[in-house]
Amino acid sequence: MIEIDNVHKSFGELEVIKGVSLSVNKGEVVSIIGGSGSGKSTLLMCINGLESIKSGSIRVDGTEVHAKGTDINKLRQKIGIVFQQWNAFPHLTVLENVMLAPRTVLGKSKAEAEALAVKQLTHVGLGDKLKVFPGKLSGGQQQRMAIARALAMSPDYMLFDEATSALDPQLVGEVLDTMRMLAEDGMTMILVTHEIRFARDVSDRVAFFRNGLVHEIGTPDQVIGNPQRPETAEFLKSIN
Amino acid sequence: MFDYNFHWRAAFKALPDMLDGAWVTFETAALSMILGVAIALCLTFMRMGKQPLLRGFAATWISIARNTPSLFQVYILYFGLGSFGLHISSWAALLAGITINNAGYLAENFRGGLKAVPDTQLRAARSLGMSAPQAYRLIVIPQLLRIVFYPLTNQMVWAVLMTSMGVIVGLNNDLTGVTQDWNVKTFRTFEFFAIAAVLYYLIAKAIVVLARLLSWRLFRY
Amino acid sequence: MFNTSFTWNDLLFLLDGAKVTILLTLVSMLIGTLAGVACGLFRALLPRASIPLAWLLDVFRSVPLLIQFVLFNALKSIVGLNWSAFSVACVVLGLYVTAYCTEIVRSGVLSVPMSLRRASRSLGLSYWQDIRRIVMPMATRVAFPGWVNLLLSVMKDTALVMWIGIVELLRASQTIVTRIQEPLLVLCIAGAIYYVMSLVVARLGARLEARWQEND
Repeated sequence: MIEIDNVHKSFGELEVIKGVSLSVNKGEVVSIIGGSGSGKSTLLMCINGLESIKSGSIRVDGTEVHAKGTDINKLRQKIGIVFQQWNAFPHLTVLENVMLAPRTVLGKSKAEAEALAVKQLTHVGLGDKLKVFPGKLSGGQQQRMAIARALAMSPDYMLFDEATSALDPQLVGEVLDTMRMLAEDGMTMILVTHEIRFARDVSDRVAFFRNGLVHEIGTPDQVIGNPQRPETAEFLKSIN
Repeated sequence: MFDYNFHWRAAFKALPDMLDGAWVTFETAALSMILGVAIALCLTFMRMGKQPLLRGFAATWISIARNTPSLFQVYILYFGLGSFGLHISSWAALLAGITINNAGYLAENFRGGLKAVPDTQLRAARSLGMSAPQAYRLIVIPQLLRIVFYPLTNQMVWAVLMTSMGVIVGLNNDLTGVTQDWNVKTFRTFEFFAIAAVLYYLIAKAIVVLARLLSWRLFRY
Repeated sequence: MFNTSFTWNDLLFLLDGAKVTILLTLVSMLIGTLAGVACGLFRALLPRASIPLAWLLDVFRSVPLLIQFVLFNALKSIVGLNWSAFSVACVVLGLYVTAYCTEIVRSGVLSVPMSLRRASRSLGLSYWQDIRRIVMPMATRVAFPGWVNLLLSVMKDTALVMWIGIVELLRASQTIVTRIQEPLLVLCIAGAIYYVMSLVVARLGARLEARWQEND
């Protein structure tokens, strides 16, 4: 499980995470919603160590992410992350993009890595685009490739940082379908998202972030269907 | 107006010699580029590192290379090292001078190029569990190469043209050196140097064409 | 301190050489920039018609400056012109700067987005008003760092004119070295002078750039 315990994080003078605690159990899907600047994306970056924290702790399966002795590269093999801007490696084909980390980090042979990559890419619906360069794909296709790339490492946890926010509306659906499929397969996921309907459908719990804190948390029906705090209701109204 | 007789035939007889010189020119420039790129990569990483001594060394090197003439750099190596008892050949001084210059300018190009590779690429690579050296080697540097390819080509052409300075410190087997030898023998300055100019032009163009072909092969995305 | 035959007069001699360097640089940059702006605009606005010009200017960038100096010097004797070596140097460097400046101006002009130009034309500005008031100011900002680099580059390339007999800074230092046989010291001083000149120009350029940026 992932345990986030009273985490504080500042960018210079500005404190963006002001004491967040959250636990995510194996197999759970937790969605984080909230306005921009509320600290949601930053929190995800703290979970896999891309951002440092000022105080508090984040433990993944018992390992403290931000401790000095932690092998962060090893830890990151367990945590997959999909960014808003997919970050495809432009100089590698789709197949090579997905094969790269299994080969160089996990040490798999070329044949093994290729078979694994083909499997993941077919699973997300890109089986016919293996030898294409990402630059030739649509945003939605590149994002699905990014998902396959993260999955190829067989992570225990998947983090999604507003994975559909940068996509044209007609491409959002295909990525959400892929994410739904993952959730149904039992992957432990933390999603930062603006897609409220999707969050309600797919999550076990929803957390509403406001001003660097978890303002309200509960089941989707509770938080989205029947919000207890006025600010939550206001937010949900404002984006509908 | 023109009471000067052009003696082109004499000049064309020297062509084989000049072609030999052209080859030396090309070799010297190529060598200075290879060394220059290697040193520039080291300088770039020194500048990015945490050691203040290395950072200062790299910054000083780059600063001196870019703010003083390359002829001056060749001069100080050829004449100045003599004070320490080190006498190097004019070819060695030329090579060293051009290499130092190359390294300085290329290091600046690499720095700008690195800034142009989005650091989200590095993040994505690290998120997959790659270590920093792996991420740089497999993701950042290939993209950097594409960005700096055009400046690299320009620097190569510059290096070829700059080898002509060697003649000032006595080099006599590169293209300009050979031309000057013939010039001194025959005083047909214009004809000989005109042919040399054409040869330099052809070499410069050939490099640009080759570079374009190479980039087409390497950067198919 | 340490014993040296380097005198104050020697330093002044070096500075005289530096003056020649600066003068050569200024004259060639002046000629070359004016011509370069004209050619650069021509290249940017009429890309196909100006291809022959591009080829011609390319020659000046693909032949070593040293060779150009010698050739021009020889040519002037053949044709019978009685120019000083200094004038020869100015012409050659001027052509050299023109060739590079054309490229710099061209890419500066091309960097102005078409959408901005459409907007200004939609307001009723004529073609040349658009060029003068919208394109050129923006192009200048983009082209400025490249122009400063060219200036610094030319200042260093002036060292090559020593071969056609002009006494600029490097030649001056060589003269002193021949007399007092202390190459390292003299060359270091000359190097320091080059370094300082270069830094001053670079700093001024950066200051001007910063001033533009804060007004934008």
